[in-house]
Amino acid sequence: MLAGDEAAFEPFLEHFRRKVFHHTILMCGNREDAEEVAQDSMLKVFGKLDQLHDPEQVRPWVFRIARNECLMKRRKSVFAPQRELSLEEFRPAREEGENGPRLEIADWSDVPGDALLREELRGRIGEAIRDLPETYKAVVLMRDVEELSTEETARVLDISTDLVKQRLHRGRLALRKHLDEYLKVAGRG
Amino acid sequence: MAHDHTKCGDVFAMLSEYLDVELPPEACTEIHQHVEGCAPCVEFTESLKRTVELCKEYEPDTMPEPVSAAAKAELMAAWRKARG
Repeated sequence: MLAGDEAAFEPFLEHFRRKVFHHTILMCGNREDAEEVAQDSMLKVFGKLDQLHDPEQVRPWVFRIARNECLMKRRKSVFAPQRELSLEEFRPAREEGENGPRLEIADWSDVPGDALLREELRGRIGEAIRDLPETYKAVVLMRDVEELSTEETARVLDISTDLVKQRLHRGRLALRKHLDEYLKVAGRG
Repeated sequence: MAHDHTKCGDVFAMLSEYLDVELPPEACTEIHQHVEGCAPCVEFTESLKRTVELCKEYEPDTMPEPVSAAAKAELMAAWRKARG
């Protein structure tokens, strides 16, 4: 693609347009905006592809463009107030058991081996990601869904690596809590 | 020696960095040693680890509409223009 091979156009477009769409639909929350941001982002990507010098950095580079397009789109619409997540709200309660303290959390022991339960939780995780406050959601999407490194995520989002780590941890704790509550309701508490 | 549960709070605060192997080796060893002997921390660590795994396996169920011929032509034109 970077060498100008036109045969690479279609696969590159399909791959990244889908990635950008999926990222945007979780960030913007509606399909129409996600379609528009995906098209505008891909226009910028193709229009600036000659500026990408390191092919290894194509994913963070595309996501940085998509992120900016997403923010532009959000500026035109109504902002939801940002909610800060604190560690304390995710610290599980403890109770004293016969064999020492135990946490009041669901039983996760079947999650690795139970294919049906895993499938259910995979459905729930999308819902949990959508519910995260935007700053945490952006980090979780980059680090855990797209699997960019901490440094790449920091560059895409223009924040420090320490902030990436802090937001990632709180975002993950929020997702864990969401799934934990689901497991408890499902009778695994 | 009784297990020191006052360290559970430190583990809780650093668990993601521990799972991502992004802590300095000494801190990593310290957490590892604590978690090994602490049933509540083992349980919590496992649940957070499963959460991260589920994120990595996440596949959105909504697909974008196919790109129209006009949109594709616009993208190709942008690319050709950039290449000069």
